[in-house]
Amino acid sequence: MGSFSNNETITIRGCSSSSKELFEAIVKRHMKDAYFIALGLVGNHEDALELSQEAFFRAYRNIKQLSSEGKFFPWFYQILRNLCFSHLRKMKIRHAGSLDEFEEEKIQIESHDTFDPGVLAERNEDTDRVWKAIGKLDDKHREVIILRHFRNLSYEEISKILFCNPGTVTSRLYYARKRLKEMLESEKGGR
Amino acid sequence: MTCQNYKDLMMAYLDNEIGDEQRRAFREHLASCPRCAAELKEFEKLKRLTDGMTLLEPEDRIWEQYCGNVYNRVERGLAWIVFSVAAILLIIYGGFKLIEKIITDQAVGVLLKVALLALIIGLAILFVSVLRERLYFWKKDRYRDVRR
Repeated sequence: MGSFSNNETITIRGCSSSSKELFEAIVKRHMKDAYFIALGLVGNHEDALELSQEAFFRAYRNIKQLSSEGKFFPWFYQILRNLCFSHLRKMKIRHAGSLDEFEEEKIQIESHDTFDPGVLAERNEDTDRVWKAIGKLDDKHREVIILRHFRNLSYEEISKILFCNPGTVTSRLYYARKRLKEMLESEKGGR
Repeated sequence: MTCQNYKDLMMAYLDNEIGDEQRRAFREHLASCPRCAAELKEFEKLKRLTDGMTLLEPEDRIWEQYCGNVYNRVERGLAWIVFSVAAILLIIYGGFKLIEKIITDQAVGVLLKVALLALIIGLAILFVSVLRERLYFWKKDRYRDVRR
């Protein structure tokens, strides 16, 4: 990928003057990254498309908040991830509201049901299980798995868009993979 | 170094994000620690699985319509702002006209006119008070520029 590499500095001043062409160029440049990251975070095509487009709309509306030296993608990524996480939270609340307290297990199952293996290019039993397990991870752990495995970002690139140090990325990846491993093993044992 | 320290290196080793010296040190540790070696093997197995997974590319028409859909949102956002401003202005204008009619109407009793006046003054004080409070907190908010 590398479309938000270190060299990228979008000419934000031009964009603040609501230049349609410039913003269109930015959208075209980042739309695939935005869509695929949203897909990894929320797990299905419809929501990913909707949320990634909404993130661009909000970025357009708030572009003046970005400093002129600022890089577009790390800033935009914060908007996108906040939208995706709040979407998932709302869905969980909606599920919880419609079920009684004895159905907590059902809530767990339904919350990762939005992780549709149909979005995988090549499917088999193993990939379906891994995708479902990724859907069960905590938001911050799922996020690093998606950025590393599905967008092929380096630790440095991940740390830049998450505004953290590479050490945090390493430890999140460790716990994310450990949790994934545990889930896949327990599922295997349970069958 | 403890096994815990090597666990951080394990991810960097797995993802090829490690320098030569650290790689050498980590391999030496693996040779002497069967637990870490076994754990790495498990992680490698998982990585092979995830590396083999790719996400389905949507149809071309999705990308062709993508920018247009973002712009539709921008347009609709603007339309809502214009609509809301116009609706507020119309409501204020209508309200004033109605009040004017009631006040100048000789048939309406004084008590009703006074009550109406008190209602308007009350609403105006409330509006100014809320607006002043909002402005005060907005000015004092040290975190207003912090990215959320």
